[in-house]
Amino acid sequence: MATQPDLLMPAPRVAMVNDPRIRGAVYQVLLLALVVWLGVEAYLNAQANLQAQRIATGFDFLENTAGFGVNQSLIAYRESDTYGRVFIVGLLNTLLVAVLGIAIATVLGFAIGIARLSSNWLVARLAGAYVEIIRNQPLLFQILFWYLAVLGAMPAPRQSIAIGVQPLLQGMADGLAALQRFGLPGAPADLCRALADWAGPPQVFLNNRGLVMPELTVGPGGSLIAATALAGLIAFVVLRIWAKRRQAATGKPFPLLWSGLGLIVGLPLVIFVALGAPVTLTPPVLRGFNFASGVRVIPEFVALLIALSTYTAAFIAEIVRAGIQAVPRGQTEAAYSLGLPRRRVLRFVVLPQAMRLIVPPLTSQYLNLTKNSSLAVGIGYPDLFAVFAGTALNQTGQAIEILAMTMAVYLLLSLITSALMNWYNARMAIPGG
Amino acid sequence: MIDNPVRNARVFVRRDMVPPEPSPLARHGIFGWLGARLFNGPLNILLTLLCAALIAAIAVPLIRFLLVDAVWDGASRVDCLAETLGRPVGACWPFIGAKFAQLVYGFYPAGEQWRVDLTFALGALLLVPLMIPRVPYKLLNAVMFFGVFPVVAFFVLVGGRFGLAHVETRSWGGLLVTLVVAGTGIAVSLPLGILLALGRRSQLAVVRALSVIFIEFWRGVPLITILFFATYMLPLFLPDTWTMDALLRVLVGTALFASAYMAEVVRGGLQAIPRGQQEAGEALGLGYWRIMGLIVLPQALRLVIPGIVNTFIGLFKDTTLVLIVAIFDFLGQMRAAFADPNWATPSTLFTGFAFAGIVYFVFCFAMSRYSVFVERRLNREG
Repeated sequence: MATQPDLLMPAPRVAMVNDPRIRGAVYQVLLLALVVWLGVEAYLNAQANLQAQRIATGFDFLENTAGFGVNQSLIAYRESDTYGRVFIVGLLNTLLVAVLGIAIATVLGFAIGIARLSSNWLVARLAGAYVEIIRNQPLLFQILFWYLAVLGAMPAPRQSIAIGVQPLLQGMADGLAALQRFGLPGAPADLCRALADWAGPPQVFLNNRGLVMPELTVGPGGSLIAATALAGLIAFVVLRIWAKRRQAATGKPFPLLWSGLGLIVGLPLVIFVALGAPVTLTPPVLRGFNFASGVRVIPEFVALLIALSTYTAAFIAEIVRAGIQAVPRGQTEAAYSLGLPRRRVLRFVVLPQAMRLIVPPLTSQYLNLTKNSSLAVGIGYPDLFAVFAGTALNQTGQAIEILAMTMAVYLLLSLITSALMNWYNARMAIPGG
Repeated sequence: MIDNPVRNARVFVRRDMVPPEPSPLARHGIFGWLGARLFNGPLNILLTLLCAALIAAIAVPLIRFLLVDAVWDGASRVDCLAETLGRPVGACWPFIGAKFAQLVYGFYPAGEQWRVDLTFALGALLLVPLMIPRVPYKLLNAVMFFGVFPVVAFFVLVGGRFGLAHVETRSWGGLLVTLVVAGTGIAVSLPLGILLALGRRSQLAVVRALSVIFIEFWRGVPLITILFFATYMLPLFLPDTWTMDALLRVLVGTALFASAYMAEVVRGGLQAIPRGQQEAGEALGLGYWRIMGLIVLPQALRLVIPGIVNTFIGLFKDTTLVLIVAIFDFLGQMRAAFADPNWATPSTLFTGFAFAGIVYFVFCFAMSRYSVFVERRLNREG
């Protein structure tokens, strides 16, 4: 009946002014006209202004020589290279800090999110305090803090602070030795000192010029090891598909963790040892006033990475906590009553349900981290924004082209992320739900 | 039938209550709590000890720096040097005292700073009753705060009329700029965000498409590119007869940016309102704007107050970015103050960061607590 209302009642006669369809169409045409008019006006103004200021237009400047140095580059870069290459250098630097930041923030965020749910009161409170303190201060403030106050206050290379297992053990030994005054036996301090000696001299140093690490040189046969690892990875993926099918069909689980470790880590390790360990670590050596060998990571990168990953970790921790808490307790209890051991309850019952809630906001945090990496311009880390929209824009004055390219990169990253997100959501959606 | 136990003499029935046994010491009181929450099992004992060590390692030096070793009085850097005092020196609070006016007002003329104070006071006077749920006249209050107050604040701060001297925005700075940017963002983003959210759910295809493009564009790019866009690109798109104030350009950028985020928050609220509400409105013969304004939005906005407050917190934190386009907000003024050779001491940097950190934390934490309070209240009522 509802399909043919006109049979029952003639369509009400309304004046054209009151017909919602006609009104809607008029509004839309007016709005579209307004937007088009604004666009044309902006275009004409831009043309006139650019001509008046004698600014070149078009993307020809990408072929011109940039003529400025960049203090960190993943690909070969000289001052005589073009603006196009500067763009690539900046983009790679952005991706580098984003990928590393995402990895650290994920590990830290999951650890803190789980710690917030700990039954240990102190652990839960400490994690809560971390989240509140970090979340409630601006990111740029934190970046400047790490850069100016922490890394800026680092000593000169000759007094570098050593980082790693050995300095930690040495510090523990010193602390325990100090406690001997209060009647602590000397054995723990001696044990720590012995362990520190066994760990060897420190290899990683922090000073006011950044982080100095040993340099990794891969000898002949390195590509063979990499190829083995890749082959192991492919074999593992195939094995995983087969194991899942078999488990779905017969219920027999397959030790995926161990076989995966064996294929991806063990096999390359065997080749590595068989080839006589063709990798050499050149430790940093202090010569004169600076380190002569080793790899130096610029302090801007260290500060940005620390600030981005700790800041994002606070948000990830909240997402993880909310996700785990949202899984009803009955699910865990039902799994236990089925006789599943604790680890499988987590892996097959709690985590899959929690992940469904965690992953969408998690990816938006990843995207935020990538977008926030543009704050690098505040401390001079040469990311896409700093070198391209900063220095290159200043030199060429071609604001429209350069900002459009920069924005396009971030927009593209956003679109790719949301496309992946939609795909994931569709895959994870409860069938028929 | 059950035998009557009283008649059946062989059955013993207890008539009085057994006094309860005191619970074991390990289960109640402070020790029970410690045992259950901190020291149950070797792993937890280890974790507790590690955490305690971590807290001690952070809190003890922090308290020493901020309070115990801090210098409270002084006129210049000499008073904050370890050599002068002959003891380890913590925070140099006279530095903050000396720079306080700069941190709050920027370079706003000293004789006119009462206008800033007046604006702050007026804002607080309107904001506080707005935030307390029990105070009546919410609609009037909201109109005053979001509609009238920005206009009044504009004339008081900029001046040039009503006998007030004109103060160029170039001399504004410090907390004033931080609050002006955040305040404008809040005042503009709420109505614009609502319009965009309605546009995104509109039946009209063109309106919907334009809203989606606008929202996704601003949300997809970092704020800093928008500030650069506003600073370098916007003047190119305007006729050369228009000169736009540097602060105004930034305000436009942040307000549009915040609107896009606000639109998504409001959309969440709109989606939570059952369709029946709108249909009921239609059945009563109300038009679109009346249905939205009288039925749907009052319910939807109440639901998303926590989300709105969270957007405000994000906006407040994001105001720091204006320092990259050479507008000296609170953090920018702090950074400028570090460069003063009169106060160059080893602890100046840490003092400044500690103070700025506390200020930002107080603002943001207060807002987040407020959003938690509103959320609890909504849950209780709903």
